[in-house]
Amino acid sequence: MEKFDVIIVGAGLAGLGAAYTLAGQGLEVLVLERGDYPGAKNVTGGRIYVNPVRDLFPDLWRSAPLERFIVHEGVTLMAQERSVAIDYAGDELRQEPHQSYSVLRARFDRWFAEQVEAKGAMILPKIRVENVIKKNGKIVGVLAGGDDLHADVVIACDGVLSLLGEQAGLHPAETPHNYALGIKEVIALPGEKINDRFHLQGNEGAARLFIGEVTKGLFGGGFLYTNKESVSLGIVIGIEDMMEKGGNLEAPALMDAFKARPEVACLIRGGATVEYAAHLIPEGGFKAIHPLHGDGILVAGDAAGFALNMGFTVRGMEYALASGYYAAKTVLKAKAAGRFDAETLSEYGRLLQESFVLKDFQNFQATPSFVNNPRFFSYYPELKGKILRDIYSVPAGAKDRLFPTIRKYLGLGEMWAMFKDFREVTKI
Amino acid sequence: MIEPMDLKAKLGVDVFKPGGAAHIKIRPGKEKDSRLQKMVMICPAGLYAENDRGEVGLIIDGCLECGTCRLVCGHDVLEWAYPEGGAGLQLRFG
Repeated sequence: MEKFDVIIVGAGLAGLGAAYTLAGQGLEVLVLERGDYPGAKNVTGGRIYVNPVRDLFPDLWRSAPLERFIVHEGVTLMAQERSVAIDYAGDELRQEPHQSYSVLRARFDRWFAEQVEAKGAMILPKIRVENVIKKNGKIVGVLAGGDDLHADVVIACDGVLSLLGEQAGLHPAETPHNYALGIKEVIALPGEKINDRFHLQGNEGAARLFIGEVTKGLFGGGFLYTNKESVSLGIVIGIEDMMEKGGNLEAPALMDAFKARPEVACLIRGGATVEYAAHLIPEGGFKAIHPLHGDGILVAGDAAGFALNMGFTVRGMEYALASGYYAAKTVLKAKAAGRFDAETLSEYGRLLQESFVLKDFQNFQATPSFVNNPRFFSYYPELKGKILRDIYSVPAGAKDRLFPTIRKYLGLGEMWAMFKDFREVTKI
Repeated sequence: MIEPMDLKAKLGVDVFKPGGAAHIKIRPGKEKDSRLQKMVMICPAGLYAENDRGEVGLIIDGCLECGTCRLVCGHDVLEWAYPEGGAGLQLRFG
């Protein structure tokens, strides 16, 4: 029987972040990864915000294989036959250190795993963990590839389905309510072409979010991130909305319809799809965070529910890295005390509460219900589109006065509903 | 107008490694469950299909391992696991 100090399940950002922090501290650390190599199963939209985790991993960022630093932020409200876009570009986004980068996880995680190994942790790929091993209610290891592997503590970084947490009895099986489905294509394009199409220079990048007709009024939206030599393009759809209101909509067809929109088609023209992926996204925010620890077990990253949709910013990877880091710090303290019971490991929750991780989730706990407002996905994009159409249109003959034209879209009922929607903003 | 790329063609650019038995199975007697019918529309790889008897079948080749069907259908409809270690989808970009 093999016995380790720590077994980390999953070589994603939480697992690798934990292993990187633990490596070289005199503990035997084993990382188990079911993919052919670290990153083989990992998907982001995606973009990573570095500021919150820069100091937790000070040596990591200088040579990290990130794609482009983002200097253009765009949001497009998509109506059925028109769209309204906001573009934010500021010199502050060009200043170093850059706050966010587009990233491709198969590349990044593979490189990150090499850094972890260089620091002395062991990573075993191609190993699927089948179950936790329990003894007297305490987690004492995992069953993997038919072998019993024992450890003082298991850090479950096994991703969004959180199978280990379920097996450990920390939470019931997940239901559609708090999750969205992301579908993504990586579309190869020459870097020069990307720079021309998105008004970029050198290694600058652009990020765009789309809301409205993309999901035919269902919860979700579209996204686009420029990489060095490709574009990450995709959609996100609320699973519960799709089940209850999806009717005859097929998820893959929504992706095709999004690609075919003139606003999008011109950006990817001539590009070749080189990868097609899908992934679940936690959307429940603070209220949906799983129990973070038990006897002999800690939970980090997506497995803990650490993803936060703040509307304009959609975040997860920083929380994964930081939760891995704080899980490792907790383990080091537990090792020093020689105890790995639930009470000792509850230190993890305290560390997260003092950090940006749980502060963000607490401060933004109203956002999941705010962004889940169906009016954002159909009513507002259509309304804004119509108002702009009328403002911009120049007919043959005399143009109508503007105020009465716009006023016709805004009866008292609509204005009241709008007032209520925006009153919700004060909770954020 | 760009011709939409066929879903099979999209899955064709992905790298899949073979391995073992099907990792997701419909439990016998559950083929007409309404949750499975939802998956015909939702599965991003289009792996669920309904026949003319109203039974839903699953062809596992091309599974993107997203887990949506586990959430939608639950344990009583699907016997669900990830593929064996080293098998299934291997992303090169992610």
